[in-house]
Amino acid sequence: MSAEQDQAESERDRPIRCLVAKVGLDGHDRGAHVISRAFRDAGFEVIYSGLHRAPEDIVQAAVQEDVDVVGISILSGAHNTLVPKVVEGLAEYGALADTLVLLGGIVPDGDAKQLKEAGVAEVFGPGTPMSETVQFVRENVPTRR
Amino acid sequence: MTADADRALVERLLDGDPRALARTISRVENRSEGYRDVVSALYGHTGDASVVGVTGSPGAGKSTLVDELVGYYRDDGETVGVIAVDPSSPYTGGAVLGDRVRMGSAVGDEGVFVRSMSARGHLGGLSTATADAVKALDAAGFDRVVVETVGAGQNEVDVVRTADTVVVLVQPGSGDDVQMLKAGILEIGDVFVVNKADLDGAARTVADLREMLELRGGEGRTRVGHHGAVGVADEGRGEDADDEGEDEDDEWSPPVLETVATTGDGVADLAGAVDDHRDHLRQTGRMRDRARSRAAAEVRTLLRQDTADLVEAELRRRGGIEAVAERVADRETDPYTVADELLAPVQAALDRRQADDGS
Repeated sequence: MSAEQDQAESERDRPIRCLVAKVGLDGHDRGAHVISRAFRDAGFEVIYSGLHRAPEDIVQAAVQEDVDVVGISILSGAHNTLVPKVVEGLAEYGALADTLVLLGGIVPDGDAKQLKEAGVAEVFGPGTPMSETVQFVRENVPTRR
Repeated sequence: MTADADRALVERLLDGDPRALARTISRVENRSEGYRDVVSALYGHTGDASVVGVTGSPGAGKSTLVDELVGYYRDDGETVGVIAVDPSSPYTGGAVLGDRVRMGSAVGDEGVFVRSMSARGHLGGLSTATADAVKALDAAGFDRVVVETVGAGQNEVDVVRTADTVVVLVQPGSGDDVQMLKAGILEIGDVFVVNKADLDGAARTVADLREMLELRGGEGRTRVGHHGAVGVADEGRGEDADDEGEDEDDEWSPPVLETVATTGDGVADLAGAVDDHRDHLRQTGRMRDRARSRAAAEVRTLLRQDTADLVEAELRRRGGIEAVAERVADRETDPYTVADELLAPVQAALDRRQADDGS
């Protein structure tokens, strides 16, 4: 068995790992549940953070679980405060380059633009079809070095 | 990944870098190229952690209890690594690994490392992946490693066997749970816990369990004292273990404890029973026995996988399983003949080797 073949095989066999995260004082987790399910049905491994996590908790979980994707769901309007903290935390661990950071929830366009400049790969608003999000993850998940 | 990068990864892991540890676990879980060398490099640094396996039916309260146990160990100043194994969908292979939700004490604490694993079709088995992940946590210097898994099926039984002490969790009220224990889990438990002991039927479940454990202990020998009661762990087993001969006091009687994981009741007792069991293993020399039989099982599993890989490669070379299956289904040949044909090169190589050794 050649090394290339081995490599290709392990690439294909490794499911995409996602952390679905709820941060801050925000008890609306329906969206997070729905996206967790959609990711699971797409064959991803999903780790759900549970409610009311601090940004540091999310960073810790993302690092320990060695996820490819961190999907943050925020419906409280506190995204400008909380999301950069997650992004910075990942950068501190040197994990940002290997992690696709997504944001879901109600985020005004101006904020979305800013957050994308700060390191968020994409922002998904209400009504985004699940297939679109799944497709985006598949196409943009970082390849490991 | 190059060998140099792997060496650097191992160095960083041994230095306590959480990201290197996380990466290493991914490597062993995915069996990515070179992972074997990584595990080999780690192996010399393992053997210091106390490994506890926690198993029980879904909803028995495993994650919550593990969380409490982690909190207890942390209060004691010990670092804890947790591997939580969750089932995955047999259809998509996807999984929602939810144990982290119930592990609140772990957040924001560098002394706790929680890793979720899906029970997906690991090449070569979940138990190997888990055992290697345990080695990574052990080498990274965690004092305790807790492996949590749903207690259903051989896979999970194999997983908890990687532990020094196996805790089996039962919830009160359902006869089904105790029924499940009959099917093999009873044999692997070193400590039994009736969780949700504040619910109706807890006392009954405790009694049922004790009765079954006595039956188990009674097989082949009569027992005096030590009826698997809660207090058995405290009865100064250490002194009389040596002079009363092998069978009686050398035997560990699994205690049946009661806990309420949501309030933390009984968690200290559980931690105590786990340590008692570990002491018992040490004093009777069984720790070494367990380590040896674990090593034997690991080597056997690896050998099986490696030979399976060899055969798989040979199968691919000959056009894959489909072509072969087609011929068998058409009754052109039969499964045994095909297997013999495919194995012929392996057999030939072995014969040659034996002939060489003999001459």
